Amino acid sequence: MVKDQEFLKKKATYCLDLANTLGATDSSVVVKNSVSETVNFRNKKLDESNRSDDLGISITTYIGKKKSSISSSNLLNENLNILIEKCVETTKNTPEDEYNSLPDRDLLAKEVKDLDLYDDTHIENDQKINYLKKLEESASNDKKIVNTESSFTQNKSNFVLANTDGFCNGYKTSSFTASSVTVAKDEKSMERDYEYSSKCFLKDLDDADELGKLAANQTIRKLSPKKIGSEKISIIFDKRIAKGILSTFTNAISSSAISRGTSFLKDKVNQKIFSDKINIFDKPDILKGLGSRNFDSEGVRTDTLKLVDQGILKHYLIDTYNGKKLNLKSNGRCGGTSNLYFENGNISFKDLLNSNSKSLYITETIGHGSNIVTGDYSVGATGFLVENGEFKYPINEITIAGNFKDMFQNIILANDLEFKYATNSPTMLIEGMVVAGK
Amino acid sequence: MSNFFEKSDLSRSEAENIISETLQKCDDGELYLENSKSESILLDDNKIKNSSYNSDLGFGFRAISNEVVAYSHSNEISKNSLKQSSENLKSTLKSAKGTYNYEIPKSNKKYYENINPIEQKSLNEKIKILTDVNNYLRSKSDKIKQVTANFLGEQKSVEIIRSGGETLSDVRPLIRFNVSVMLEKNGRKETGVYGVGGRQSYDTYLKDDNWKNVCDEALRIASVNLESKPAPAGEMKVVLGPGWPAILIHEAVGHGLEGDFNRKKTSAFHNLMGQKVASEGVTIIDDGTIDNRRGSLTIDDEGTPTEKTVLIENGILKNFMQDRLNARLMKTRSTGSGRRENYRHIVLPRMRNTMMLSGNHTQEEMIKAVDKGIFAVSFGGGQVDITSGKFVFNCTEAYEIVNGKIGSPIKGATLIGDGPSILKEVSMVGNDMMMDPGIGTCGKAGQGVPVGVAQPSILINKMTVGGTKL
Repeated sequence: MVKDQEFLKKKATYCLDLANTLGATDSSVVVKNSVSETVNFRNKKLDESNRSDDLGISITTYIGKKKSSISSSNLLNENLNILIEKCVETTKNTPEDEYNSLPDRDLLAKEVKDLDLYDDTHIENDQKINYLKKLEESASNDKKIVNTESSFTQNKSNFVLANTDGFCNGYKTSSFTASSVTVAKDEKSMERDYEYSSKCFLKDLDDADELGKLAANQTIRKLSPKKIGSEKISIIFDKRIAKGILSTFTNAISSSAISRGTSFLKDKVNQKIFSDKINIFDKPDILKGLGSRNFDSEGVRTDTLKLVDQGILKHYLIDTYNGKKLNLKSNGRCGGTSNLYFENGNISFKDLLNSNSKSLYITETIGHGSNIVTGDYSVGATGFLVENGEFKYPINEITIAGNFKDMFQNIILANDLEFKYATNSPTMLIEGMVVAGK
Repeated sequence: MSNFFEKSDLSRSEAENIISETLQKCDDGELYLENSKSESILLDDNKIKNSSYNSDLGFGFRAISNEVVAYSHSNEISKNSLKQSSENLKSTLKSAKGTYNYEIPKSNKKYYENINPIEQKSLNEKIKILTDVNNYLRSKSDKIKQVTANFLGEQKSVEIIRSGGETLSDVRPLIRFNVSVMLEKNGRKETGVYGVGGRQSYDTYLKDDNWKNVCDEALRIASVNLESKPAPAGEMKVVLGPGWPAILIHEAVGHGLEGDFNRKKTSAFHNLMGQKVASEGVTIIDDGTIDNRRGSLTIDDEGTPTEKTVLIENGILKNFMQDRLNARLMKTRSTGSGRRENYRHIVLPRMRNTMMLSGNHTQEEMIKAVDKGIFAVSFGGGQVDITSGKFVFNCTEAYEIVNGKIGSPIKGATLIGDGPSILKEVSMVGNDMMMDPGIGTCGKAGQGVPVGVAQPSILINKMTVGGTKL
């Protein structure tokens, strides 16, 4: 069982009191417990069972404008005594930084709404095994599938965040995740692909049959890929890749990158960085949302932000430290975004495929090729050649490249948004990118 | 060494009894205990931005029956907690009918000293060096707009208790020192990053003002990039410099030669044992036994002493890297490659220091042999799809080669290739093998472990360069 709020609050209060006694002028603490149970299947047989019980505490102490932090997985008071003493000592010896402080009191979250993030249901391993049997049966239906690996995880977490300005809050969350990775083979090639589903509530999880079928189909269609020549071409990003482009955008508008001057979007607030049709929201209060939260990792209230309005950048993602540096107020984004999404475009997926006589549909990218200092983008890619709206054949061993400054201006979105992850995008088309192949 | 039972209601002999009882019908398994202490001190934007310390304690209890692994971990080293884990393992492996393999090789060799690097240098000394780094770099050029420098130090004590009570232990120091510089000229910004590290004290890497060399290298890379032009797009010849570019070896063949993917036949290499997978003259080893290197280990995380494993010898595939589980199922022996990020994770076969050995060509010969291509010197990182064999790596310092001469620097780009065939495209192997500077971390199944790479300069006949210039 995951530890209750009372236990976590007791530990948090103990730490704040001790830090205060040892000379800290302010402090904050997070206490977390997370219990996960996973069952893995491989080729329709049990492969692994894994139970984890993780406790963690992290404490930041301030002495005026000096700051230091410690973290530990050992919550015995005897250990905490040693660590907090060490933390306060280190704080004394760390140089001052004028921007160090707890968040402004008037920005702290006043109420904790029930966002429906916790499902008390416990799924026994035998039930997980039944789900996985069904999933793998469906995934391995086709003879071309030569290996299946599937997994079911139940996670229950609880946390408390407290600081010496009186903030002390937390809540339980749960997640149920099922995934399937399949390998398909023919005479010429071997390919891998996957499908997965993750939900706060067990009853919302995708059907096992459906998940297995999708994983298998997505893998089989990649068999016998070709390599194409190098050219300038329109790229269509599958939703699971398009969301990564949205994540890169948020890295570039984080107040840390902005205040350090290491982002290509510095000084771009109130400027047009996307085409008129693009709107981006970050909405923390979606019921059962995978990214939903009541406050950020400093306790600051989080309101819905329209980050981009008709192509115009409206907000950076601001935490307390970088906010003070930039002379801006925290908007509750310490630790990043919540439920982030592009609003739907106004054409269908089919029309998007048809909008160019020839394009590449990308289903997977590899490599860490996004540079937020310069905006340069270059990654390895796998996908399909699309001609006149139809998938012609699979493609691999190519790269796609461009610069986000141009790519953002050229984004066209379909109207097929769904909330599968915490960050979501409809299918995305970007014209004029460079493919390197043969 | 840590005494894991000192402050626990669980005595060592009680733990041994629970372990032996839990594993009696299993083929293998152990209790893995870990106590790690780590620190991070970061200077950024002219300030000490962060000074943090972490102390982590926990155990992972593993039982294996045939192919099935049951694992349970917790932070609480107590009678209750270990008993609960034992129940979890037993309920998964109800029908286990194996015979425990007590055998584990022994060695007295140690590849690093038992030190705690964090305690060897005071906080004030570390802060002073970081401040000196900032002042040194900012005084060198007014184009410098940002300097980030950090120290990461760690001491990890591990103990492995096997059924029957056999105990193996290791204390592992590890440090890293990194510098990142951003330059701006006429509105254009570029970065350069460099670092050093390994399993020794901070001072070993910083003495004689060696930190200045790290700063100079980061600044040099950023300066080169400031003058770079768009990279070409398409297939061409590629010369790789020695050292860190061996990320190519790590991604292109290293992961594909890990035992688990080959037992499961999901690696593009699974049916190539004994066959020619590289040009003649190409020999690749994975070595855990080099003194003080980042990827070295005295014993792996199952207690097996590490070794020097020959993966590819003169172009022929000779061995996979194995942990105990995959070795047993593939009827071979562990190569001491069983590793885990920490007690929260199961053991997987992993790389240590992966190296291509020297040949007899010079880098000049290679450059001269290229009409049109690129010369890649420094890399950011890479990734591989072990099933299709396609891999990428991102260069952070590269130049065009025109008619046998090094030309202008080009912007960072991703290079993509096919693992099982790329080493057959190696037409020259240099005589200048070099180790990387000791900063690599390899990710697999969500677990990061410190690794090293090494190679001489090599010439590859054909690779796809992912630039924007057609």
